[in-house]
Amino acid sequence: MEPALKIPDKGSPKPELKRRPDGSDPADDPAAPQIKMFAKSLRAWFGPAEALRGITLPIRKNCVTAIIGPSGCGKSTFVRCLNRMHEVVPLARVEGEVYLDAENIYGPSINPIAVRKRIGMVFQKANPFPTMSIRQNVLAGLSLQGLRCRAPEELVENALRKAALWDEVKDILDRSGVSLSGGQQQRLCIARALALEPEVLLMDEPCSALDPIATAKIEDLIHELRESYTVVIVTHNMQQAARVADFTAFFYLGELIEYGKTETIFKTPQDPRTEAYITGRFG
Amino acid sequence: MDSNTPKKQGGSLGESQSNRGASWAEKTFLAICYAALGLPLLLLVVLIVDVVIDGWPRLNWAFLTNYPSRKPEMAGILPALVGSAYLMLLTAAIAIPLGVGAAIYLEEYTRPSRITSLIELNISNLAGVPSIIYGLLGLELFVRAMQWGRSVVAGAATLALLLLPAVIMTAREALRTVPHSLREACYALGADRWQTIWRVVLPMSLPGILTGVILSLARAIGETAPLVMIGALTYVAFLPNSLKSPFTALPIQIFNWVSRPQAGFHTNAAAGIIVLLALMLALNGAAIWLRVRLQRRMDW
Repeated sequence: MEPALKIPDKGSPKPELKRRPDGSDPADDPAAPQIKMFAKSLRAWFGPAEALRGITLPIRKNCVTAIIGPSGCGKSTFVRCLNRMHEVVPLARVEGEVYLDAENIYGPSINPIAVRKRIGMVFQKANPFPTMSIRQNVLAGLSLQGLRCRAPEELVENALRKAALWDEVKDILDRSGVSLSGGQQQRLCIARALALEPEVLLMDEPCSALDPIATAKIEDLIHELRESYTVVIVTHNMQQAARVADFTAFFYLGELIEYGKTETIFKTPQDPRTEAYITGRFG
Repeated sequence: MDSNTPKKQGGSLGESQSNRGASWAEKTFLAICYAALGLPLLLLVVLIVDVVIDGWPRLNWAFLTNYPSRKPEMAGILPALVGSAYLMLLTAAIAIPLGVGAAIYLEEYTRPSRITSLIELNISNLAGVPSIIYGLLGLELFVRAMQWGRSVVAGAATLALLLLPAVIMTAREALRTVPHSLREACYALGADRWQTIWRVVLPMSLPGILTGVILSLARAIGETAPLVMIGALTYVAFLPNSLKSPFTALPIQIFNWVSRPQAGFHTNAAAGIIVLLALMLALNGAAIWLRVRLQRRMDW
Protein backbone atom coordinates (compact mmCIF):
# COMPACT_ATOMS: atom_id res chain seq x y z
CA MET A 1 0.00 0.00 0.00
CA GLU A 2 1.35 3.41 -0.81
CA PRO A 3 2.63 5.38 2.15
CA ALA A 4 -0.49 7.35 2.83
CA LEU A 5 1.05 8.90 5.84
CA LYS A 6 2.06 12.35 4.74
CA ILE A 7 -1.34 13.52 3.71
CA PRO A 8 -2.29 16.88 5.14
CA ASP A 9 -5.66 16.08 3.71
CA LYS A 10 -6.47 17.75 0.46
CA GLY A 11 -9.18 15.26 -0.38
CA SER A 12 -11.46 15.87 2.54
CA PRO A 13 -13.40 19.12 2.53
CA LYS A 14 -13.98 19.43 6.25
CA PRO A 15 -11.40 20.27 8.88
CA GLU A 16 -7.85 21.19 8.11
CA LEU A 17 -5.23 20.76 10.75
CA LYS A 18 -4.30 24.03 12.25
CA ARG A 19 -0.88 25.06 11.08
CA ARG A 20 1.78 25.93 13.56
CA PRO A 21 2.89 29.57 13.54
CA ASP A 22 5.75 28.86 11.15
CA GLY A 23 3.29 27.33 8.73
CA SER A 24 4.47 23.76 9.16
CA ASP A 25 2.22 20.94 10.02
CA PRO A 26 3.45 19.03 13.05
CA ALA A 27 3.16 15.94 10.90
CA ASP A 28 5.78 17.34 8.56
CA ASP A 29 8.38 17.79 11.27
CA PRO A 30 11.26 15.49 10.32
CA ALA A 31 12.38 15.28 13.93
CA ALA A 32 8.95 14.09 14.99
CA PRO A 33 8.70 10.39 15.82
CA GLN A 34 7.55 7.94 13.21
CA ILE A 35 3.84 7.64 12.56
CA LYS A 36 2.29 4.40 13.83
CA MET A 37 -1.34 5.02 12.93
CA PHE A 38 -2.99 7.53 10.68
CA ALA A 39 -6.68 8.35 10.50
CA LYS A 40 -7.68 9.88 7.19
CA SER A 41 -11.03 11.64 6.68
CA LEU A 42 -12.58 9.38 9.27
CA ARG A 43 -16.31 9.79 9.66
CA ALA A 44 -18.55 7.82 12.02
CA TRP A 45 -22.26 7.64 12.70
CA PHE A 46 -24.61 6.30 15.34
CA GLY A 47 -27.70 5.70 13.24
CA PRO A 48 -28.44 9.07 11.69
CA ALA A 49 -26.27 11.07 14.12
CA GLU A 50 -22.83 11.90 12.82
CA ALA A 51 -20.34 11.56 15.65
CA LEU A 52 -17.14 12.16 13.70
CA ARG A 53 -17.08 14.62 10.85
CA GLY A 54 -13.92 13.77 8.99
CA ILE A 55 -10.95 13.37 11.29
CA THR A 56 -7.42 13.33 9.95
CA LEU A 57 -4.90 12.67 12.66
CA PRO A 58 -1.53 10.93 13.02
CA ILE A 59 -0.71 8.72 16.00
CA ARG A 60 3.03 8.65 16.62
CA LYS A 61 5.03 5.60 17.52
CA ASN A 62 6.16 5.21 21.14
CA CYS A 63 4.39 8.40 22.06
CA VAL A 64 1.35 9.15 24.14
CA THR A 65 -1.33 10.95 22.18
CA ALA A 66 -4.09 12.51 24.26
CA ILE A 67 -7.53 13.23 22.86
CA ILE A 68 -9.28 15.99 24.79
CA GLY A 69 -12.57 17.76 24.36
CA PRO A 70 -15.94 18.28 26.01
CA SER A 71 -18.41 15.40 26.45
CA GLY A 72 -20.02 14.32 23.22
CA CYS A 73 -17.24 15.66 21.04
CA GLY A 74 -16.54 12.24 19.56
CA LYS A 75 -13.26 11.49 21.30
CA SER A 76 -14.39 8.07 22.55
CA THR A 77 -15.90 7.29 19.17
CA PHE A 78 -12.59 8.17 17.56
CA VAL A 79 -10.51 5.72 19.59
CA ARG A 80 -13.18 3.06 19.14
CA CYS A 81 -12.77 3.53 15.40
CA LEU A 82 -9.04 2.93 15.74
CA ASN A 83 -9.54 -0.74 16.62
CA ARG A 84 -12.84 -1.24 14.82
CA MET A 85 -14.84 -1.38 18.04
CA HIS A 86 -17.24 1.32 16.87
CA GLU A 87 -19.01 -1.04 14.52
CA VAL A 88 -19.84 -3.43 17.39
CA VAL A 89 -22.64 -1.05 18.39
CA PRO A 90 -25.89 -1.66 16.47
CA LEU A 91 -26.54 0.86 13.67
CA ALA A 92 -23.06 2.32 13.99
CA ARG A 93 -21.21 3.06 10.75
CA VAL A 94 -17.74 4.21 9.76
CA GLU A 95 -16.32 5.81 6.62
CA GLY A 96 -12.77 6.78 5.80
CA GLU A 97 -9.43 5.16 6.36
CA VAL A 98 -7.28 4.30 9.32
CA TYR A 99 -3.75 3.13 8.63
CA LEU A 100 -1.85 0.88 10.99
CA ASP A 101 1.71 1.09 9.71
CA ALA A 102 0.97 1.11 5.96
CA GLU A 103 -2.20 -0.97 6.04
CA ASN A 104 -5.74 0.41 5.97
CA ILE A 105 -7.58 -1.41 8.78
CA TYR A 106 -10.86 -0.60 7.06
CA GLY A 107 -9.65 -2.27 3.89
CA PRO A 108 -11.90 -4.93 2.37
CA SER A 109 -9.64 -7.88 3.16
CA ILE A 110 -9.06 -6.92 6.78
CA ASN A 111 -10.47 -9.02 9.58
CA PRO A 112 -11.47 -6.71 12.47
CA ILE A 113 -10.60 -9.44 14.95
CA ALA A 114 -7.01 -9.50 13.71
CA VAL A 115 -6.90 -5.71 14.08
CA ARG A 116 -8.09 -5.88 17.68
CA LYS A 117 -5.35 -8.35 18.54
CA ARG A 118 -2.76 -5.79 17.45
CA ILE A 119 -4.47 -2.83 19.08
CA GLY A 120 -5.36 -3.31 22.75
CA MET A 121 -8.02 -1.32 24.52
CA VAL A 122 -8.75 -0.27 28.09
CA PHE A 123 -12.18 1.07 28.92
CA GLN A 124 -13.55 3.83 31.09
CA LYS A 125 -14.95 1.42 33.64
CA ALA A 126 -12.68 -1.43 34.67
CA ASN A 127 -14.25 -4.58 33.32
CA PRO A 128 -12.43 -7.70 34.51
CA PHE A 129 -14.38 -10.90 33.90
CA PRO A 130 -16.25 -11.70 37.12
CA THR A 131 -16.24 -15.45 36.51
CA MET A 132 -12.45 -15.55 36.22
CA SER A 133 -9.58 -15.35 38.69
CA ILE A 134 -6.87 -12.71 38.41
CA ARG A 135 -4.64 -15.18 36.57
CA GLN A 136 -7.42 -16.21 34.22
CA ASN A 137 -8.23 -12.58 33.55
CA VAL A 138 -4.68 -11.90 32.42
CA LEU A 139 -4.79 -14.96 30.17
CA ALA A 140 -8.32 -14.19 28.98
CA GLY A 141 -7.18 -12.83 25.63
CA LEU A 142 -5.65 -16.20 24.84
CA SER A 143 -8.25 -18.43 26.45
CA LEU A 144 -11.16 -16.62 24.80
CA GLN A 145 -9.66 -17.47 21.45
CA GLY A 146 -9.06 -21.02 22.61
CA LEU A 147 -5.28 -20.65 22.39
CA ARG A 148 -2.92 -22.49 24.70
CA CYS A 149 0.01 -20.69 26.18
CA ARG A 150 3.34 -22.46 26.57
CA ALA A 151 4.49 -20.64 29.69
CA PRO A 152 1.37 -19.14 31.23
CA GLU A 153 2.98 -18.33 34.59
CA GLU A 154 5.68 -16.30 32.89
CA LEU A 155 3.18 -14.49 30.71
CA VAL A 156 0.99 -13.65 33.71
CA GLU A 157 3.94 -12.33 35.69
CA ASN A 158 5.28 -10.29 32.77
CA ALA A 159 1.95 -8.70 31.98
CA LEU A 160 1.21 -7.92 35.61
CA ARG A 161 4.68 -6.45 36.07
CA LYS A 162 4.24 -4.23 33.04
CA ALA A 163 0.92 -3.10 34.47
CA ALA A 164 2.64 -2.37 37.83
CA LEU A 165 0.30 -4.76 39.61
CA TRP A 166 2.48 -7.82 40.19
CA ASP A 167 3.68 -6.94 43.70
CA GLU A 168 0.14 -6.33 44.90
CA VAL A 169 -1.42 -9.52 43.55
CA LYS A 170 1.36 -12.11 43.25
CA ASP A 171 0.05 -14.03 46.27
CA ILE A 172 -3.63 -13.88 45.39
CA LEU A 173 -3.60 -14.81 41.72
CA ASP A 174 -6.44 -17.26 42.22
CA ARG A 175 -8.81 -14.74 43.74
CA SER A 176 -11.61 -13.33 41.64
CA GLY A 177 -10.65 -10.39 39.46
CA VAL A 178 -13.51 -8.34 40.85
CA SER A 179 -12.22 -8.69 44.42
CA LEU A 180 -9.57 -6.04 43.70
CA SER A 181 -9.98 -2.31 44.25
CA GLY A 182 -11.09 -0.09 41.37
CA GLY A 183 -7.58 1.08 40.53
CA GLN A 184 -6.20 -2.45 40.72
CA GLN A 185 -9.01 -3.70 38.51
CA GLN A 186 -8.13 -1.07 35.93
CA ARG A 187 -4.48 -2.12 36.00
CA LEU A 188 -5.61 -5.74 35.72
CA CYS A 189 -7.46 -4.73 32.56
CA ILE A 190 -4.29 -3.08 31.29
CA ALA A 191 -2.35 -6.28 32.05
CA ARG A 192 -5.01 -8.27 30.23
CA ALA A 193 -4.58 -6.06 27.17
CA LEU A 194 -0.76 -6.17 27.37
CA ALA A 195 -0.70 -9.98 27.64
CA LEU A 196 -1.64 -10.10 23.97
CA GLU A 197 1.47 -8.04 23.11
CA PRO A 198 -0.38 -5.33 21.20
CA GLU A 199 1.43 -2.64 19.25
CA VAL A 200 -0.93 0.15 20.20
CA LEU A 201 -2.83 0.62 23.44
CA LEU A 202 -6.04 2.64 23.39
CA MET A 203 -7.27 3.99 26.72
CA ASP A 204 -10.76 5.44 26.90
CA GLU A 205 -10.82 7.66 30.00
CA PRO A 206 -9.03 5.01 32.04
CA CYS A 207 -8.93 7.07 35.22
CA SER A 208 -12.32 8.74 35.26
CA ALA A 209 -13.66 6.31 37.87
CA LEU A 210 -10.54 6.32 40.05
CA ASP A 211 -9.32 8.29 43.04
CA PRO A 212 -6.23 10.55 42.71
CA ILE A 213 -3.79 7.98 44.09
CA ALA A 214 -4.93 5.25 41.74
CA THR A 215 -4.92 7.83 38.94
CA ALA A 216 -1.31 8.78 39.70
CA LYS A 217 -0.31 5.11 39.53
CA ILE A 218 -1.93 4.67 36.15
CA GLU A 219 -0.34 7.86 34.86
CA ASP A 220 3.10 6.65 35.95
CA LEU A 221 2.34 3.42 34.21
CA ILE A 222 1.42 5.20 30.99
CA HIS A 223 4.79 6.93 31.08
CA GLU A 224 6.53 3.57 31.23
CA LEU A 225 4.31 1.93 28.63
CA ARG A 226 5.42 4.53 26.12
CA GLU A 227 8.80 2.81 25.95
CA SER A 228 7.38 -0.24 24.24
CA TYR A 229 3.92 0.74 23.05
CA THR A 230 2.12 3.48 21.23
CA VAL A 231 -0.53 4.89 23.53
CA VAL A 232 -3.70 6.84 22.74
CA ILE A 233 -5.55 8.16 25.76
CA VAL A 234 -8.94 9.85 25.87
CA THR A 235 -9.38 12.12 28.84
CA HIS A 236 -11.42 15.06 29.90
CA ASN A 237 -8.95 15.86 32.58
CA MET A 238 -6.68 18.46 31.00
CA GLN A 239 -4.04 18.23 33.73
CA GLN A 240 -3.83 14.57 32.94
CA ALA A 241 -3.32 15.25 29.25
CA ALA A 242 -0.64 17.78 30.12
CA ARG A 243 1.09 15.30 32.44
CA VAL A 244 1.12 12.17 30.30
CA ALA A 245 0.84 13.13 26.65
CA ASP A 246 3.50 13.99 24.09
CA PHE A 247 0.91 15.06 21.56
CA THR A 248 -2.57 16.37 22.15
CA ALA A 249 -5.59 16.62 19.88
CA PHE A 250 -8.57 18.79 20.72
CA PHE A 251 -11.95 17.57 19.45
CA TYR A 252 -15.08 19.63 19.38
CA LEU A 253 -18.50 18.57 18.01
CA GLY A 254 -17.05 15.70 16.06
CA GLU A 255 -14.28 17.71 14.45
CA LEU A 256 -10.58 17.90 15.09
CA ILE A 257 -9.95 21.51 16.02
CA GLU A 258 -6.28 21.42 16.80
CA TYR A 259 -3.42 18.95 17.07
CA GLY A 260 0.16 19.42 18.10
CA LYS A 261 2.80 18.90 20.75
CA THR A 262 1.14 18.92 24.13
CA GLU A 263 3.24 21.87 25.27
CA THR A 264 2.25 23.98 22.31
CA ILE A 265 -1.42 23.13 22.57
CA PHE A 266 -1.52 24.12 26.21
CA LYS A 267 0.77 27.16 26.01
CA THR A 268 -0.02 28.68 22.65
CA PRO A 269 -3.26 27.27 21.28
CA GLN A 270 -4.06 28.58 17.81
CA ASP A 271 -7.81 28.21 17.81
CA PRO A 272 -9.97 30.32 20.14
CA ARG A 273 -12.11 27.26 20.92
CA THR A 274 -9.07 25.30 22.08
CA GLU A 275 -8.03 28.18 24.23
CA ALA A 276 -11.49 28.54 25.69
CA TYR A 277 -11.62 24.83 26.50
CA ILE A 278 -8.21 24.51 28.11
CA THR A 279 -8.71 27.63 30.16
CA GLY A 280 -11.93 26.10 31.43
CA ARG A 281 -14.38 28.47 29.85
CA PHE A 282 -16.55 25.65 28.53
CA GLY A 283 -16.83 21.90 28.48
CA MET B 1 -41.13 -17.39 42.33
CA ASP B 2 -44.39 -16.56 44.07
CA SER B 3 -43.06 -17.95 47.31
CA ASN B 4 -40.32 -15.38 47.77
CA THR B 5 -41.66 -12.15 46.32
CA PRO B 6 -44.33 -11.60 48.98
CA LYS B 7 -41.68 -12.04 51.66
CA LYS B 8 -39.58 -9.27 50.19
CA GLN B 9 -42.59 -6.97 49.98
CA GLY B 10 -43.45 -7.74 53.57
CA GLY B 11 -39.95 -6.83 54.67
CA SER B 12 -39.86 -3.44 53.00
CA LEU B 13 -43.38 -2.62 54.11
CA GLY B 14 -42.47 -3.42 57.70
CA GLU B 15 -39.54 -1.03 57.58
CA SER B 16 -41.46 1.89 56.19
CA GLN B 17 -44.23 1.33 58.70
CA SER B 18 -41.83 1.75 61.58
CA ASN B 19 -41.01 5.10 60.04
CA ARG B 20 -42.77 7.67 62.29
CA GLY B 21 -44.95 10.38 60.94
CA ALA B 22 -46.40 8.40 58.04
CA SER B 23 -49.37 10.28 56.69
CA TRP B 24 -52.95 9.08 56.95
CA ALA B 25 -53.00 8.30 53.24
CA GLU B 26 -49.86 6.26 53.51
CA LYS B 27 -51.24 4.28 56.44
CA THR B 28 -54.40 3.47 54.51
CA PHE B 29 -52.32 2.44 51.53
CA LEU B 30 -50.21 0.21 53.74
CA ALA B 31 -53.34 -1.41 55.15
CA ILE B 32 -54.57 -2.15 51.65
CA CYS B 33 -51.18 -3.57 50.73
CA TYR B 34 -51.20 -5.85 53.76
CA ALA B 35 -54.70 -7.01 52.90
CA ALA B 36 -53.66 -7.68 49.31
CA LEU B 37 -50.75 -9.69 50.60
CA GLY B 38 -52.60 -11.42 53.42
CA LEU B 39 -55.77 -12.61 51.71
CA PRO B 40 -54.16 -14.77 49.04
CA LEU B 41 -51.70 -16.14 51.57
CA LEU B 42 -54.55 -17.01 53.93
CA LEU B 43 -56.42 -18.74 51.14
CA LEU B 44 -53.33 -20.70 50.24
CA VAL B 45 -52.72 -21.75 53.84
CA VAL B 46 -56.33 -22.89 54.22
CA LEU B 47 -56.09 -24.95 51.05
CA ILE B 48 -52.82 -26.58 52.04
CA VAL B 49 -53.94 -27.30 55.59
CA ASP B 50 -57.16 -28.84 54.31
CA VAL B 51 -55.30 -31.09 51.88
CA VAL B 52 -52.74 -32.11 54.48
CA ILE B 53 -55.45 -33.00 57.02
CA ASP B 54 -57.20 -35.15 54.42
CA GLY B 55 -54.17 -36.79 52.88
CA TRP B 56 -51.49 -37.03 55.55
CA PRO B 57 -52.71 -40.28 57.16
CA ARG B 58 -52.67 -41.96 53.76
CA LEU B 59 -49.10 -40.98 53.03
CA ASN B 60 -46.67 -43.84 53.50
CA TRP B 61 -44.01 -45.77 51.64
CA ALA B 62 -46.51 -48.19 50.13
CA PHE B 63 -48.49 -45.30 48.68
CA LEU B 64 -45.39 -44.16 46.84
CA THR B 65 -44.37 -47.61 45.61
CA ASN B 66 -47.71 -49.27 44.79
CA TYR B 67 -49.43 -49.49 41.44
CA PRO B 68 -52.97 -48.15 41.15
CA SER B 69 -55.69 -50.51 42.33
CA ARG B 70 -59.43 -50.85 42.46
CA LYS B 71 -59.21 -50.77 46.22
CA PRO B 72 -58.33 -47.29 47.45
CA GLU B 73 -56.27 -48.52 50.40
CA MET B 74 -54.09 -50.62 48.07
CA ALA B 75 -53.63 -47.97 45.40
CA GLY B 76 -50.30 -46.17 44.95
CA ILE B 77 -48.78 -43.60 42.70
CA LEU B 78 -45.62 -45.30 41.48
CA PRO B 79 -46.43 -45.22 37.73
CA ALA B 80 -47.57 -41.61 38.00
CA LEU B 81 -44.45 -40.60 39.89
CA VAL B 82 -42.13 -42.36 37.46
CA GLY B 83 -44.16 -41.05 34.52
CA SER B 84 -43.86 -37.48 35.80
CA ALA B 85 -40.13 -37.83 36.34
CA TYR B 86 -39.68 -39.33 32.88
CA LEU B 87 -41.80 -36.55 31.42
CA MET B 88 -39.85 -33.80 33.18
CA LEU B 89 -36.48 -35.17 32.06
CA LEU B 90 -37.59 -35.41 28.45
CA THR B 91 -39.29 -32.02 28.56
CA ALA B 92 -36.13 -30.42 29.92
CA ALA B 93 -34.03 -32.18 27.28
CA ILE B 94 -36.21 -30.72 24.54
CA ALA B 95 -37.04 -27.31 25.98
CA ILE B 96 -33.62 -26.24 27.29
CA PRO B 97 -31.58 -26.44 24.07
CA LEU B 98 -34.38 -25.00 21.96
CA GLY B 99 -35.28 -22.24 24.40
CA VAL B 100 -31.75 -21.18 25.26
CA GLY B 101 -30.76 -21.37 21.61
CA ALA B 102 -33.65 -19.14 20.59
CA ALA B 103 -32.83 -16.71 23.38
CA ILE B 104 -29.18 -16.52 22.33
CA TYR B 105 -30.21 -15.92 18.75
CA LEU B 106 -32.66 -13.18 19.66
CA GLU B 107 -30.40 -11.53 22.21
CA GLU B 108 -26.97 -11.84 20.63
CA TYR B 109 -27.35 -12.29 16.90
CA THR B 110 -30.35 -10.38 15.60
CA ARG B 111 -30.32 -6.70 15.12
CA PRO B 112 -33.55 -4.84 15.83
CA SER B 113 -35.88 -5.16 12.86
CA ARG B 114 -39.53 -5.56 12.04
CA ILE B 115 -39.23 -9.34 11.86
CA THR B 116 -37.54 -9.71 15.23
CA SER B 117 -40.10 -7.51 16.94
CA LEU B 118 -42.81 -9.63 15.31
CA ILE B 119 -41.13 -12.74 16.67
CA GLU B 120 -40.85 -11.19 20.12
CA LEU B 121 -44.51 -10.19 20.10
CA ASN B 122 -45.50 -13.72 19.16
CA ILE B 123 -43.39 -15.28 21.87
CA SER B 124 -44.98 -13.16 24.57
CA ASN B 125 -48.40 -13.96 23.13
CA LEU B 126 -47.63 -17.68 23.10
CA ALA B 127 -46.77 -17.48 26.79
CA GLY B 128 -50.39 -16.53 27.41
CA VAL B 129 -52.05 -19.19 25.27
CA PRO B 130 -54.15 -21.64 27.36
CA SER B 131 -52.36 -24.94 27.85
CA ILE B 132 -55.24 -26.94 26.39
CA ILE B 133 -54.49 -25.36 23.03
CA TYR B 134 -50.98 -26.75 23.27
CA GLY B 135 -52.61 -30.09 24.04
CA LEU B 136 -54.60 -29.88 20.80
CA LEU B 137 -51.47 -28.99 18.87
CA GLY B 138 -49.59 -31.87 20.47
CA LEU B 139 -52.38 -34.28 19.67
CA GLU B 140 -52.45 -33.29 16.02
CA LEU B 141 -48.72 -32.86 15.50
CA PHE B 142 -46.96 -35.39 17.70
CA VAL B 143 -49.56 -38.07 18.33
CA ARG B 144 -51.06 -38.16 14.86
CA ALA B 145 -48.85 -36.51 12.24
CA MET B 146 -45.55 -37.76 13.64
CA GLN B 147 -47.22 -41.01 14.70
CA TRP B 148 -45.61 -41.06 18.10
CA GLY B 149 -48.85 -42.30 19.58
CA ARG B 150 -50.05 -41.51 23.07
CA SER B 151 -46.52 -41.82 24.39
CA VAL B 152 -44.16 -40.24 26.87
CA VAL B 153 -42.23 -38.52 24.11
CA ALA B 154 -45.39 -36.99 22.65
CA GLY B 155 -46.34 -35.72 26.10
CA ALA B 156 -42.86 -34.32 26.71
CA ALA B 157 -42.76 -32.60 23.33
CA THR B 158 -46.13 -31.01 24.03
CA LEU B 159 -45.04 -29.79 27.45
CA ALA B 160 -41.78 -28.52 25.96
CA LEU B 161 -43.77 -26.43 23.48
CA LEU B 162 -45.82 -25.11 26.36
CA LEU B 163 -42.67 -24.12 28.27
CA LEU B 164 -40.72 -22.68 25.36
CA PRO B 165 -42.02 -19.11 25.54
CA ALA B 166 -41.31 -18.88 29.26
CA VAL B 167 -37.87 -20.46 28.88
CA ILE B 168 -37.00 -18.12 26.02
CA MET B 169 -38.11 -15.07 27.93
CA THR B 170 -36.31 -15.90 31.17
CA ALA B 171 -33.17 -16.91 29.29
CA ARG B 172 -33.20 -13.61 27.40
CA GLU B 173 -33.66 -11.79 30.66
CA ALA B 174 -30.63 -13.60 32.07
CA LEU B 175 -28.52 -12.90 28.98
CA ARG B 176 -29.42 -9.24 29.22
CA THR B 177 -28.02 -9.00 32.75
CA VAL B 178 -24.50 -9.58 31.42
CA PRO B 179 -23.11 -6.04 31.23
CA HIS B 180 -22.35 -4.73 27.78
CA SER B 181 -18.91 -3.66 29.01
CA LEU B 182 -17.89 -7.32 29.36
CA ARG B 183 -18.86 -8.14 25.80
CA GLU B 184 -16.83 -5.13 24.69
CA ALA B 185 -13.90 -6.35 26.76
CA CYS B 186 -14.11 -9.64 24.87
CA TYR B 187 -14.27 -8.04 21.46
CA ALA B 188 -11.38 -5.73 22.34
CA LEU B 189 -9.31 -8.81 23.20
CA GLY B 190 -9.85 -10.14 19.72
CA ALA B 191 -12.58 -12.64 20.55
CA ASP B 192 -15.36 -13.20 18.03
CA ARG B 193 -19.03 -13.39 18.89
CA TRP B 194 -19.06 -17.16 19.27
CA GLN B 195 -16.14 -17.11 21.74
CA THR B 196 -17.69 -14.22 23.62
CA ILE B 197 -20.99 -16.05 24.02
CA TRP B 198 -19.47 -19.38 25.04
CA ARG B 199 -16.75 -18.23 27.37
CA VAL B 200 -18.19 -15.13 28.98
CA VAL B 201 -21.88 -14.48 28.37
CA LEU B 202 -23.24 -17.99 28.93
CA PRO B 203 -21.20 -18.77 32.07
CA MET B 204 -22.33 -15.49 33.58
CA SER B 205 -26.00 -15.88 32.74
CA LEU B 206 -26.12 -19.55 33.70
CA PRO B 207 -27.66 -18.99 37.17
CA GLY B 208 -30.48 -16.95 35.69
CA ILE B 209 -31.11 -19.37 32.85
CA LEU B 210 -31.10 -22.39 35.16
CA THR B 211 -33.51 -20.88 37.66
CA GLY B 212 -35.83 -19.86 34.85
CA VAL B 213 -35.78 -23.34 33.40
CA ILE B 214 -36.37 -25.04 36.75
CA LEU B 215 -39.26 -22.72 37.61
CA SER B 216 -40.83 -23.45 34.23
CA LEU B 217 -40.44 -27.17 34.85
CA ALA B 218 -42.07 -26.77 38.24
CA ARG B 219 -45.01 -25.28 36.44
CA ALA B 220 -45.08 -28.06 33.85
CA ILE B 221 -45.11 -30.81 36.45
CA GLY B 222 -48.58 -29.69 37.49
CA GLU B 223 -49.97 -29.32 33.98
CA THR B 224 -52.96 -31.58 33.37
CA ALA B 225 -54.94 -30.26 30.44
CA PRO B 226 -52.46 -30.84 27.60
CA LEU B 227 -51.69 -34.33 28.86
CA VAL B 228 -55.36 -35.26 29.05
CA MET B 229 -55.71 -33.88 25.57
CA ILE B 230 -52.98 -36.02 24.04
CA GLY B 231 -54.34 -39.02 25.91
CA ALA B 232 -52.20 -39.86 28.86
CA LEU B 233 -53.73 -42.95 30.47
CA THR B 234 -55.58 -42.74 33.73
CA TYR B 235 -55.01 -46.29 34.88
CA VAL B 236 -51.50 -47.61 34.35
CA ALA B 237 -50.24 -50.77 35.93
CA PHE B 238 -46.72 -50.63 34.50
CA LEU B 239 -43.79 -48.25 34.32
CA PRO B 240 -42.90 -46.46 31.10
CA ASN B 241 -39.90 -48.28 29.65
CA SER B 242 -39.30 -46.54 26.36
CA LEU B 243 -39.91 -43.23 24.64
CA LYS B 244 -42.98 -44.62 22.94
CA SER B 245 -44.58 -46.32 25.91
CA PRO B 246 -47.91 -45.07 27.25
CA PHE B 247 -47.75 -43.23 30.52
CA THR B 248 -49.56 -41.39 33.22
CA ALA B 249 -48.50 -38.43 35.35
CA LEU B 250 -49.21 -37.22 38.86
CA PRO B 251 -51.83 -34.58 38.05
CA ILE B 252 -53.68 -37.07 35.83
CA GLN B 253 -53.69 -39.69 38.56
CA ILE B 254 -55.01 -37.12 41.02
CA PHE B 255 -57.64 -35.98 38.55
CA ASN B 256 -58.71 -39.59 38.08
CA TRP B 257 -59.03 -40.25 41.80
CA VAL B 258 -60.96 -37.08 42.49
CA SER B 259 -63.57 -38.06 39.92
CA ARG B 260 -64.21 -41.44 41.59
CA PRO B 261 -67.22 -41.69 43.90
CA GLN B 262 -65.55 -43.57 46.78
CA ALA B 263 -64.26 -41.47 49.66
CA GLY B 264 -61.10 -43.58 49.88
CA PHE B 265 -59.97 -42.34 46.50
CA HIS B 266 -60.53 -38.76 47.58
CA THR B 267 -58.11 -39.35 50.43
CA ASN B 268 -55.70 -40.80 47.88
CA ALA B 269 -56.10 -37.67 45.77
CA ALA B 270 -55.26 -35.48 48.75
CA ALA B 271 -52.15 -37.54 49.44
CA GLY B 272 -51.20 -37.32 45.79
CA ILE B 273 -51.57 -33.56 45.94
CA ILE B 274 -49.19 -33.45 48.91
CA VAL B 275 -46.62 -35.39 46.90
CA LEU B 276 -47.07 -33.08 43.92
CA LEU B 277 -46.74 -29.97 46.08
CA ALA B 278 -43.63 -31.38 47.71
CA LEU B 279 -42.11 -32.00 44.29
CA MET B 280 -42.85 -28.46 43.14
CA LEU B 281 -41.45 -27.03 46.35
CA ALA B 282 -38.34 -29.13 45.92
CA LEU B 283 -37.88 -27.85 42.37
CA ASN B 284 -38.41 -24.23 43.45
CA GLY B 285 -36.01 -24.74 46.33
CA ALA B 286 -33.44 -26.20 43.97
CA ALA B 287 -33.81 -23.13 41.75
CA ILE B 288 -33.18 -20.74 44.63
CA TRP B 289 -30.27 -22.82 45.93
CA LEU B 290 -28.65 -22.91 42.49
CA ARG B 291 -29.05 -19.19 41.99
CA VAL B 292 -27.51 -18.33 45.34
CA ARG B 293 -24.68 -20.82 44.93
CA LEU B 294 -23.76 -19.80 41.41
CA GLN B 295 -24.09 -16.10 42.06
CA ARG B 296 -21.84 -16.18 45.09
CA ARG B 297 -19.08 -17.27 42.74
CA MET B 298 -19.30 -13.96 40.91
CA ASP B 299 -20.56 -10.89 42.65
CA TRP B 300 -19.92 -7.96 40.44
